[in-house]
Amino acid sequence: MKMKRRDLLKGMVGGLALAVLDAPGTSEARTIQALPPEALGILYDSTLCVGCNACMAACKEANHMPVESGSAEQIWDNPVDLSAKTLNIIKKYENGTAATKDVATDGYAFIKRQCLHCVDPSCVTACPVSALTKDKENGIVSYDKDVCIGCRYCQIACPYHIPKFEWDVAYPEIVKCQLCSHLIEQGGISACCSVCPTGASLFGRVEDLIEEARRRLQMTPGKTYAFPVSSMDSGKTHSFTAPKYIRHIYGQEELGGTQVMYLSAVPFENFGLDAFPKESFVSMSSGIQYAIYKGMVYPLVVLAALMFMVKKNKHGETPDANLPAPRQDQALLTQRGEDNE
Amino acid sequence: MSDAKPLGGRILTPTFLVCLLVIGVAGYYTYKRFLLGIGAVANLNDGFPWGLWISYDVVVGSAFACGGYVMALMVYVFNGGRFHPLVRPALLASMFGYSLAGVSVLVDIGRYFNVYNLYLPWQINLHSVMLEVALCITTYVFVMWLEFAPAFVEKWKLTKFGAVLDKVVFVLIALGVLLPTMHQSSLGTMMLMAGYKLSPLWHTSTLPLLFLFTALFMGFAMVIFEGTLSGRVYRLEDETHLLAKIGKIIAYLIGVYLILRLQNIFVRGAMPEAFSGSFLGYMFLLENALLLGGMFILAYPGYRHSPRLLFIAAVLVLCGGALFRFNTYIIGYNPGTGWKYFPSIGEQMITYGLIALEIAGYMLFVKFFPVFSAGHKSAAPIPVKE
Repeated sequence: MKMKRRDLLKGMVGGLALAVLDAPGTSEARTIQALPPEALGILYDSTLCVGCNACMAACKEANHMPVESGSAEQIWDNPVDLSAKTLNIIKKYENGTAATKDVATDGYAFIKRQCLHCVDPSCVTACPVSALTKDKENGIVSYDKDVCIGCRYCQIACPYHIPKFEWDVAYPEIVKCQLCSHLIEQGGISACCSVCPTGASLFGRVEDLIEEARRRLQMTPGKTYAFPVSSMDSGKTHSFTAPKYIRHIYGQEELGGTQVMYLSAVPFENFGLDAFPKESFVSMSSGIQYAIYKGMVYPLVVLAALMFMVKKNKHGETPDANLPAPRQDQALLTQRGEDNE
Repeated sequence: MSDAKPLGGRILTPTFLVCLLVIGVAGYYTYKRFLLGIGAVANLNDGFPWGLWISYDVVVGSAFACGGYVMALMVYVFNGGRFHPLVRPALLASMFGYSLAGVSVLVDIGRYFNVYNLYLPWQINLHSVMLEVALCITTYVFVMWLEFAPAFVEKWKLTKFGAVLDKVVFVLIALGVLLPTMHQSSLGTMMLMAGYKLSPLWHTSTLPLLFLFTALFMGFAMVIFEGTLSGRVYRLEDETHLLAKIGKIIAYLIGVYLILRLQNIFVRGAMPEAFSGSFLGYMFLLENALLLGGMFILAYPGYRHSPRLLFIAAVLVLCGGALFRFNTYIIGYNPGTGWKYFPSIGEQMITYGLIALEIAGYMLFVKFFPVFSAGHKSAAPIPVKE
């Protein structure tokens, strides 16, 4: 058997070519994640939110999170953004005189920020040790501190800036909303939804929530409708006049979709929510990884070829004891000669 | 057996003492970091979870440590036997570079006691690029220590171990070429996940290939850089003729790289951004101008045979390659929520400490172990010019 160097080079070039190939062909190597059968989530309707922050207080209590205060006394919980101490926050958009609610110009609106529990979560793909996992049934993305190595690749990967890190703790953890999975296990719902007085945060099966969101988008602005409160199957409703919604369910398709979704009367960009493509960044990078490393075939082939080459070349060049001594000197001499280009 | 010899000589040189001082200061900050948390020492934050430690110690540092990789590739795969004297010094520097990149990761990661999970088959996530990089780098560090082991064998006359090693060394060398090819390109794949946070000047699915290229020419440039410096410091025989040949290879590599890089930017329509006069635009131009400058010098035989110009070219290439990697990991990264990042003094000191540790370790090793083929000046019966 004679393996030629040309073959090896061909193999290497092939491997490189795979590495360069742009997404379309290669991303198919990986199955795009679909919504889990019993996916649970939250529909947050910005137009129903009155900014009472009850959800923030309930979240802290349910998850035993500390108060985060701007003042020295640490009396009021008033975080400015999600942090290692805050899993859920209501933020306010303001423009100009901020006179009217749910209006982009000279108005204001609320937005709830928390983990969106992506259908194809970047953090889960990024995590090297499976500390972040997505439940196969309800799709909740949860975190296991006993496995996490604290590399923070999830923070780099998350397009929504959700995972936070305990920077001031000697042995820190990643912190993010886990949809109150500990309450759901006991038949409950996410704390933020159970206390929301207006139904702005609505808990339910993702399919039902999408249905509900679609119903709202078809409402005639100004007419009065019944809106479910707490959860889709709570039986409780409130009557509100339908607002003039932006005709888009944020999270239904963004980067493969999310299980927490938003409705609003103010453009989503105003809340700092990016307009994302449908395909997740996950499929881009893991498509490339898959093409090269699937079954470790390419690496092993290249390794075999390399071993062959090295073995051959090493024998050729080692000044072995059984080689006549002058050969080496001659080699060095010729080398001298050629070097003066 | 190689014809390399330990250099011997004084250990406590002024350079060595300065290194020790820097290591001491870094030790203080490392202690503080483990006692009080990363935030007590570093300016890292939730917007910039990765900073100087990842971008320099691992991403740039491992490229600087690619000398061993490229020399093994040259000598054992492309049968460039004449470069053999350069292999062991390059390997030593790579061994230190990579080992300390590994150590620096332990300082950077938060939950270091859990690090064993990277090696538990039922715990690992095969979809994670980070996993591939972590496994590859740890394996490669072991491989390099074994690759370098012949130096220990020669020093301590471990003939039995040496015989075993001699039988399997071809596997080690082959791994030593495969593993860096894998993880150096994956370091590029890693930042694809950053999505919109990374400027389009650096976010492209060609990142893996660009990272592989930068690893190659930065590795070669480091061989020139180290070869020139140690040649001066330890008064070794002039190796410019060999180093100039390496310079020529670098020129070709950068040529191909720049075509790929610029064509990619052009096709994706990001070129206007490069000339928009923005800070990132200038960083992009600077990064490529440095490489272009290095390539220009190395492309002309007259220039690259001048030790001074050769050295300057190597520095330009190292700076350009390093800037490309810094740009991809920090400078071109914008989480977009008002976060800012610049490495703190403590953070910088820990990085300087690691660099000092590398230099000090290298200086110790070349004096104790057979690294440099300095012998071939006297041992080889060749009439040296004149």
